Amino acid sequence: MNDRPILTLEGVSKRFAKPLDAAAKFANWFGAGNTEEVVHAVDSVDLSIGAGEVVGLVGESGCGKSTLGRVVAGIHKASAGRVSWRGRYTDEMSAEERHAATLAIQMIFQDPMSSLNPRMRVSDIVGEAPVVHGLTTRAGQADYVDDILNRVGLDPTYKRRYPHQFSGGQRARIGIARALAVKPEFLVCDESVAALDVSIQAQVLNLFMKLRDELNLTYLFISHDLGVVRHLSDRVVIMYLGRVVEAAPAAALFKGPQHPYAQALLANVPTITARKKRFSPLSGEIPSPLHPPSGCHFHPRCPHAGPRCKVERPALKTIASGHVAACHLHDGGVGAMAA
Amino acid sequence: MSDHVLQVSDLKTHFFTRAGTVKSVDGVSFHVSRGEVLGLVGESGSGKSVTGFSIMGLIDPPGRIVEGSIKLNGKELVGLGEGEFRKVRGREVAMIFQDPMMTLNPVLRIDTQMIEAVTAHDKVSHKAARARARDALAKVGIPSPEERLKAYPHQFSGGMRQRVAIAIALLHRPPLIICDEPTTALDVTIQSQILAEMQSLCAETGTALVWITHDLGVVAGLADRIAVMYAGRIVEAGAVDPVLDTPLHPYTAGLLGSLPSEGEPGEMLRQIRGSTPSLARLPQGCAFAPRCDYAQADCLTIAPATTAFPGERGVRCHHPLSGTGVAA
Repeated sequence: MNDRPILTLEGVSKRFAKPLDAAAKFANWFGAGNTEEVVHAVDSVDLSIGAGEVVGLVGESGCGKSTLGRVVAGIHKASAGRVSWRGRYTDEMSAEERHAATLAIQMIFQDPMSSLNPRMRVSDIVGEAPVVHGLTTRAGQADYVDDILNRVGLDPTYKRRYPHQFSGGQRARIGIARALAVKPEFLVCDESVAALDVSIQAQVLNLFMKLRDELNLTYLFISHDLGVVRHLSDRVVIMYLGRVVEAAPAAALFKGPQHPYAQALLANVPTITARKKRFSPLSGEIPSPLHPPSGCHFHPRCPHAGPRCKVERPALKTIASGHVAACHLHDGGVGAMAA
Repeated sequence: MSDHVLQVSDLKTHFFTRAGTVKSVDGVSFHVSRGEVLGLVGESGSGKSVTGFSIMGLIDPPGRIVEGSIKLNGKELVGLGEGEFRKVRGREVAMIFQDPMMTLNPVLRIDTQMIEAVTAHDKVSHKAARARARDALAKVGIPSPEERLKAYPHQFSGGMRQRVAIAIALLHRPPLIICDEPTTALDVTIQSQILAEMQSLCAETGTALVWITHDLGVVAGLADRIAVMYAGRIVEAGAVDPVLDTPLHPYTAGLLGSLPSEGEPGEMLRQIRGSTPSLARLPQGCAFAPRCDYAQADCLTIAPATTAFPGERGVRCHHPLSGTGVAA
């Protein structure tokens, strides 16, 4: 890890809007007042990731963690805010620089079956991109693919096969091999081990750790599984309804979570050490990101919520070195309104 | 014996496919006592769901229960006719599935479905059945049950849908409910709500549960006893504490070692090598032997029988990890 971040997000937001259909526009002529439905999937997130760091991004469904990952990987363009790669804003880059940055950040998806082309052989899935981008030649392609398959623990003699001829764990490895083929520096892993059985998941997690050491990779590891994130990450970021609620070094966060949501999330994870426990859940459901609650998004479910939480959005406050949380409890209390 | 709600003995459910006979469940025996929670744990393809379906009589061709017996409150379920089975399902044993959309009919309102479930077993008026449905929804923590009765399944969130499925399972207060990964698709905080709900409901009604899951954490928090399945067989069974604290079967130990939350962060996990074998081509001898670090010559040729250990514990292994076995 060094002090200069390799990737920075400044106030990045991503909105998805559903345009009005013809009927709604027609009704608006007569004053129906239909407006576009807008989902704030990601709501001004600041994040910086150092070279060689593993950042775990945690949250429940609909919290925007996958969308944020896609913005980082360049699949979605941010609606607001800026992304910088190695100190350069992506929107100021020349075409050539942007091309290099896009290659340097690769993404590994959750479901290899829907992200691998079922009609392509493994040798083409892994070998196509490096030839296109000039990392190897047609003649060198076979050796190049063998090398990468060996690296992810797949037998190169299987490379003439199609994705459906592999097991789930092997398909996950193919997805990783494809990402590694263009020699990336940064991997965005979106729930890459979620669909795997425990014993296979352990194999793939070990592979991620081995690759990090060998290739000096930086990871943004997106997962809903706190056990996985705790095991792998240097730093953990917790999101709730599009916003970061807490970020801290992994050890500090798991020892002393500060945000009430982080506390509840950690308390509710089933572990094999807690036997016959009384489950004491958070009440309420995760609100729809179409109509998020006012003020602090978490206030309807929060056991500590006060009047201030309904009105004012809490800012991220530093609690300890590198440990930030967005809660009024750490910022003058929940009762009094800010002057 | 009398205290056992469910007694499964040497159950074999095989599927006869063109690719060969798939021995999904191959000699499974276990029992569940009144009010007890049994965690049935295994990875995909271990036969845990097929065991659940066999108990419910939901095995369709090409599958068939080829051997064994399933006794529910002393009554034999294997070989029961479909008409007889309909009287059992819902009243004496109910099932909750992973995906509540599988349980609920998407084109019928919740009240239609619940009233149908009530009147299937009890001759009551439409009004009384509706009142019972409403009470059941209220009991599983669904707000404003009277209004929600008129909703369609797609109008509920995932967690709420699962609550409706639980409410339907509880309508006739069956002594046994089979839960097939009911919280796997849910978020952590919602999973916790459902688990809390199940805990209090079962304590209240004395319902026994067979909780099928791949998540050892959920089993640790919920179950009294645990049975670990691998390739169609129970490889280790016993009370939760001894099995998770001092696993005797190398597979159980491997599963626990694979859990990322248990190891030191950043350390390599103690993974199990290889992958689960195809159930159509099981190796001779112990099915786990090709992946086992402790496998010896006899493991590759002779399938191990269950060895009994003190405290109602059983292990299917020639060379258990610790302790000494007593002859079964």
